[in-house]
Amino acid sequence: MSRSTWSRSAATLAAVALATTACGTTAGDDEQDTAAASGPVSGLRVMVPNSPGSGYDQTARAATKAMEDAELAETVEVFNVAGAGGTVGLQRLVNEKGNGDLLMQMGLGVVGAEFTNKSQARLAETTPIAGLIEEAEVIVVPKDSPYTDLDALVEAWKADPGKLPVGGASNPGGPDHLTPMLLAEEVGLDPTTVNYVPYDGGGELLAGILGKKLAFAATGVSEVAEQAEAGEVKILAVTSEAPVEGVDAPTLKDEGIDLTFTNWRGLVAAPDVSEADRDKLIDLVTEMHDSPEWQEALETNGWTDAFMTGEEFETFLTSESERVQGVLSGLGLA
Amino acid sequence: MDALANLADGFATALTPVNLLFAVVGVLLGTMIGVLPGIGPAMAIALLLPVTYSLEATQAFIMFAGIYYGGMYGGSTTSILLNTPGESASVVTAIEGNQMAKRGRAAQALATAAIGSFIAGTIGTMLVVLLAPSIVGLAVQMGAPDYFAVMVLAFVAVTSVLGASRVRGFCSLLLGLVIGLVGIDQTTGQQRLTFGVPQLADGIDVVVVAVGLFALGEALWVAAHLRHTSAQVIPTGAARMGRADWRRSWGPWLRGTAIGFPFGAVPAGGAEIPTFLSYVLEKRLSKHPEEFGHGAIEGVAGPEATNNASAAGGLVPLLTLGLPVTATAAVLLAAFQQYGIQPGPLLLENEPELVWGLLASLLIGNAILLVLNLPLAPVWAKLLRIPRPYLYAGILFFASIGGYAANGSTVDLVLLLVFGVLGFVMRRYGLPVLPAIIGVILGPRAELQLRRALQISDGELSGLANTWFSISVYAVVALVVLLPVLLRVLQRRQRGAGPGDGTTSEAPERVLHSSSEGRL
Repeated sequence: MSRSTWSRSAATLAAVALATTACGTTAGDDEQDTAAASGPVSGLRVMVPNSPGSGYDQTARAATKAMEDAELAETVEVFNVAGAGGTVGLQRLVNEKGNGDLLMQMGLGVVGAEFTNKSQARLAETTPIAGLIEEAEVIVVPKDSPYTDLDALVEAWKADPGKLPVGGASNPGGPDHLTPMLLAEEVGLDPTTVNYVPYDGGGELLAGILGKKLAFAATGVSEVAEQAEAGEVKILAVTSEAPVEGVDAPTLKDEGIDLTFTNWRGLVAAPDVSEADRDKLIDLVTEMHDSPEWQEALETNGWTDAFMTGEEFETFLTSESERVQGVLSGLGLA
Repeated sequence: MDALANLADGFATALTPVNLLFAVVGVLLGTMIGVLPGIGPAMAIALLLPVTYSLEATQAFIMFAGIYYGGMYGGSTTSILLNTPGESASVVTAIEGNQMAKRGRAAQALATAAIGSFIAGTIGTMLVVLLAPSIVGLAVQMGAPDYFAVMVLAFVAVTSVLGASRVRGFCSLLLGLVIGLVGIDQTTGQQRLTFGVPQLADGIDVVVVAVGLFALGEALWVAAHLRHTSAQVIPTGAARMGRADWRRSWGPWLRGTAIGFPFGAVPAGGAEIPTFLSYVLEKRLSKHPEEFGHGAIEGVAGPEATNNASAAGGLVPLLTLGLPVTATAAVLLAAFQQYGIQPGPLLLENEPELVWGLLASLLIGNAILLVLNLPLAPVWAKLLRIPRPYLYAGILFFASIGGYAANGSTVDLVLLLVFGVLGFVMRRYGLPVLPAIIGVILGPRAELQLRRALQISDGELSGLANTWFSISVYAVVALVVLLPVLLRVLQRRQRGAGPGDGTTSEAPERVLHSSSEGRL
């Protein structure tokens, strides 16, 4: 949250600065001219590698809507190519080599699916454009759980991992599966002994926590924030770098565990797009990010801004990919 | 009756002319989209979500309510008329519904589906209004052992739809179980029977299997025989439900509601299994079990009421806990979030106007659906007077659209053709189709719940029967299995004692009879 506050104030500052220069001189007009010369981008398509209504779908539709409303792009088409955790869409993107008018919405889940689905197409082949948002994962227990803090939980977990089933709303390779595995590694527990129980979506998982079927669960903060506020569940820790606004829980680092891990979403383009197309797409997404429409979308959806572009995003993708591969190969999944 | 007063306020919100117009538009859009096979209410709402962006929250939800019920109803229309279920919850409807249509009773089938949906939807929504806060606590107590026990019960019930030949029935069921295995194993992440095709990694959509086996298989079968048999025109019977139809429908409507609602309200219940249980129950209770498989109206009335009641039940965990337990509820949740509303324990306190407005609009949407569709039923039924070559070409066309639309994947089209050929071959060799589809629906769920239960108990077998609910279900299972055997033994003894005494033989005969009936 702190990052989004920061960028919002930065945006305000920039707007104020622009306004001041526009009042004093004609510099503002020049800038507008160059913007008008390039004009709104047309013919852009955004592929969502899973079904309508999913998290990726919402992100892509919010982003394209912001592009259209801010008049950065004309009639962007969003389409869904669902299947195999996003790798069917990934294959499609890789087949579109050199297509500079196509973006694919993706995120941490696709990185994991690439390994668990033994995908022929690799994310490394694609052209990274931008990281958009992130969401902290949480370690959550039912109310009245005997584990009132993370230390107590970890201690019991290390003593008998089989007896402490941990739930998550993702299949192996997804964020909720990777979180307890990384946590286990960090506290010196063999990930293969973790008793991970996958659920179909956040709703079913939440029922498992509320019904006290699970010792604890790892899931996205938004899935349980409301229940935590109502006192139905207890969040023991968040996995992000900084504490999450509105969530009364320490970070893993505060608890002495050196692990930060968030679920993130971003955009990639087809392999081998020309430098000009790549820059065009990065500029477009950057302008979209700076638009008030996108900032509003972040707020209504409760998304945390995690904007980065080009090289920075590429480095991030590579390191995430290595990290995920490390965990999954230890479990025989990659 | 605080809840009823709140509901009245909800009606005040929803019943303005403009809002009513949105409800009508929603119902029309939902029915139109729901008629396309492969697009269920969840997909319909997801696709139409952007249309409502510019509306204010109340109007958007009124429209959703219309789309929701319209989509549910549209799915059963194609099931009945074209043997092409629009979504997995109306697969069971196709069995008797299409047989009725073939006997010139399509209008009655559509009418009983519409009225049953209306009654179940209305009762279900009222139950949400009155009971939501009190039953939701019970619902989350349901865990994997309980669900698995229900699956065992469902598997036992399957034996009564295996058809005349048990061997063939079991072959068909096993075929379905194998099809259900395809995809990535959720627990371990390993691929099963995917043959390196990434599109198979998510498993095969039940709709694709059902449309392939039912609609395509039959179209091919008819095409193969049409040359040899003279084309008989499908008779068009009376346009309205007769007195006998009413008498035979109201029981299934109410029983269907009673079965469907609790399944919808529990987190892993869904709408498929209760429709199927309703079908089996109606078959057992019917005074005309011999009509099952040949167009028994109970077999349409029950399941159609069930799937609507289940849909209404799904609102309980969504509104009170923010738990989306069905695909449709998940999309509704996304819609809520678009308006910055977070369903959960605090929703009723924070947004009472919206919740009661939504419940009121569900009731209104339901009523509008009935008003629009009841007069249309005979019109729809006339579709079947299209000469058979054109009709079946149309079915193939719609089936293909459905196969493609479910996931937008060409691989599904190929699968659809494969299952069409399989359906043809199964008909040729007298294998009933229904057990295969039940296998596809039940198999993966039973496996998931079994493994989840064992995971949670860390491998202890006792973890499968450690709740009062699971134990009682197993007791029912034992009864269902043992009762016919017991009755048979008793009957034999009675015959030994006094052959003239036939007064008590009616009930066991019916049980035995129904288990040997029901060919597809």
